[in-house]
Amino acid sequence: MGEKEKKDIFESTWKFFASVKLAIFLLIILATTSIVGTIVEQQAEPAKNLELLSKLFGDTAAPTVYNIFAKLGFMDMYGSWWFVGFLVLFSINLIICSIDRFPKTWRLINTPQRPLSENAIKSMPVRKEATFNAKLNTAKDEFLNTLKASKYHVLEATEDNSIQLYTQKGRYARLAVYVVHLSIVLIFIGALIGIRFGFKGYLNLPEGRSSDSAYLSPTEPIPLDFVIKCNWYDTKYYADSDTPREFQSEIVIIENGKEVMKKVIEVNDPLVYKGITFYQANYGMLSSTAAGQFILDITPNGGQQNTVRLPYGGSFEIPGTGIKGTIVDFSTALTRDRYTGELKTYSEMMVNPAIAINFEMPNGEKFTGWILKRYPDTGILPGGHKIKFVDNWGIEYTGLQVAKDPGIWFIYTASILMGLGLYICFFISHRKIWVNIANDKKSVRISIGGSTNRNRLTFEKEIDKLLSHAAKAIEGRAPQK
Amino acid sequence: MSSSIFFDISAGAYIVAMIIYVAFLVVKNRTVGIIATTMTIFGFVMQSTALVMRWVTSFHFWASSNPESGYIESLLRAAPLRNLYESLIFFVWSLICIHLIIEFKYKNRSLGAFVTPIAALALLFIDVSGTAKEIQPLIPALQSNWLLFHVLLSFLGYAAFGVSFGAATAYIVTVTESKTEKTYIFWSIMIGIFLTILIAMGIDFLSLSVAERAELIRSHFLKATFRSESGGVVTASWIVSIAFTFAIWNFGIGLKKVLAGLSLTTEMLDDITYKSIAIGFPLFTIGGLIMGAIWANSAWGKYWTWDPKETWSLITWFVYALYLHARFVGGWRGKRVAILAIVGFIAVIFTYLGVNLVLSGLHAYGSG
Repeated sequence: MGEKEKKDIFESTWKFFASVKLAIFLLIILATTSIVGTIVEQQAEPAKNLELLSKLFGDTAAPTVYNIFAKLGFMDMYGSWWFVGFLVLFSINLIICSIDRFPKTWRLINTPQRPLSENAIKSMPVRKEATFNAKLNTAKDEFLNTLKASKYHVLEATEDNSIQLYTQKGRYARLAVYVVHLSIVLIFIGALIGIRFGFKGYLNLPEGRSSDSAYLSPTEPIPLDFVIKCNWYDTKYYADSDTPREFQSEIVIIENGKEVMKKVIEVNDPLVYKGITFYQANYGMLSSTAAGQFILDITPNGGQQNTVRLPYGGSFEIPGTGIKGTIVDFSTALTRDRYTGELKTYSEMMVNPAIAINFEMPNGEKFTGWILKRYPDTGILPGGHKIKFVDNWGIEYTGLQVAKDPGIWFIYTASILMGLGLYICFFISHRKIWVNIANDKKSVRISIGGSTNRNRLTFEKEIDKLLSHAAKAIEGRAPQK
Repeated sequence: MSSSIFFDISAGAYIVAMIIYVAFLVVKNRTVGIIATTMTIFGFVMQSTALVMRWVTSFHFWASSNPESGYIESLLRAAPLRNLYESLIFFVWSLICIHLIIEFKYKNRSLGAFVTPIAALALLFIDVSGTAKEIQPLIPALQSNWLLFHVLLSFLGYAAFGVSFGAATAYIVTVTESKTEKTYIFWSIMIGIFLTILIAMGIDFLSLSVAERAELIRSHFLKATFRSESGGVVTASWIVSIAFTFAIWNFGIGLKKVLAGLSLTTEMLDDITYKSIAIGFPLFTIGGLIMGAIWANSAWGKYWTWDPKETWSLITWFVYALYLHARFVGGWRGKRVAILAIVGFIAVIFTYLGVNLVLSGLHAYGSG
């Protein structure tokens, strides 16, 4: 293969990757193929998608269709070789076409603006003409002032019988589109860094327990170089409703046996330590609740509050009263049946936790009462003694999302760049204006010409304003002549 | 007084305005046009009042159940953009707002007949879909400052796309010449489907008793026609709608003549389509995609999970990116780009409603 042929191949490859046609093709392909993954559930149990496919293609065809889909990577589509391949092509296209077009844009930005002949001005895309009864210099001053007031940096060219003002603004806005392209490339880089150097794991941590690793899956632990402990987990509810108001956990970080950080995390407010972020993701009940403790605040009427921790079946005494209590029952979600009036548990989650306490009075009289955590009034005994059901601790776990993503800074930078780039790209345009002022017998003849790369209607209005402002100013000065 | 009365008045005003705008296209009488605009402005004022009232009510609701929350925080959490109902209302508000700006800027009323039906579609959908209208407590996932900005900017973007859809539709109606042209078939079928759904929802609405309307959980969407329990009604609905679409195809050429008599130039329609996308695209990219991703990252530690809502937003983004590139550097002009603008808005509708109704994902709570 000769040098020339090599060069030809390189050039045609370059042209192919720089072409708008490829960009349009890739945008169409990405948009249409992406739809598949929103219909077929991704990374799901085969049964789920088989059911969906039976509905679409019938029971007999479903397994075959499933196998074809699975071979095509539809079950984990966004990670399939061909989809990733299109994304790679998309970024190559983006980079090459930007490099290909950049020199031309750079020249457009840096070519100095030159004065034009009056005829050239009159044939600009946006043009205006006017005549004033004024001196050449008066007219020039006023146009200069008006342009300067709009923050234009004005250049002048003087000839025998005429002066030309010429100016441009927003030329660097032409770079905005490259900034947007760059930001997309940065997002891809950030995503790659995140995949290569970060992880997305989880950790279910029972109240009071600690762990020195998170998990990618039950069999794949990721060691952390510190210990994380959950002091407690709690769901808060809106008053008189089962709508959750907040999911909260108190998390402690322990390093070399010392507590280095403590925070109550909630949804939208995670804990970050050493680049690893712990998010409140979910919660649940432990299968064994034997280790659970009931925390009660006991306040005799007029006396001091003291806190006790009791197991199921545990007993306590209200200090100085001789009243004894024993925990005899527990419900995760107590309610009174609407029809029968009987008490029952309506959920296995801790929606409305309650304990039943068997009281024994000093005179031997016995009675049982329910105390509800969400309704402290239920704990006021005859005689004004208070028992507050603070928590049933140690039977729930907090579900944490554990993530490390060193690529996130690329994503943040890209987000800012993309925002700025798009704003400049659509709302700031490169505008050039020429104002030619020529003596014409006793008056002056004004020709304005202009061009813009975007938003032409707005620019036309700007030119109209320029002329009318200057005209007003010139006419205002006319009597002094 | 409750804000819902004002919402109902504004919804009524918009639907009446839609009918008058269509009448204006036919009779081309200036007075009729002025009445249509006045009706729209009246509806807009009523709706703005209702939005403010709802915000105030929500504010007290939030502040009473979250006493530890500060004034600004309560104001942010109470913004009426918190569920499907409020977002649809805000979408209609933004759509009408942008439409009124264009009407005054371009001094042209004709576009009203293409934009108000989108508003009517959204308003009827609220009433027949069983969307909960009361102010609900905000679940933990939504308690973030991102909520306001993410939803606000996304829906302003969607509204701008809605306007571009109206203008692009008017554009292809104006430029197609014969019934056998592909573009003509495309727009006649599209308008046919669009009007069929609008009318079917109108029938749903009229067939609902007051009691059924109060029953919030059940969707009545197309229950009186295509999704009726009676097989006969379903068959009849299909036959009628196919006949209706066929009629639009057959007589649609007349619509072109109606439009031809107005001062709507193809340049103006093309310009409005582009301008709306030029406004919608940055708003949607920044507010919808970027802010959504940053919010997801701060709440779940994942900025992109390819869940259906995210993916459909990205599909929408691809379509509008395609529009911009095809138009500015690809040399596409006229019908082809107008069709892209229409496809873009269909993707928006799917992102917004289709995903909530048909598919599920992280945004499932948005359907409440």
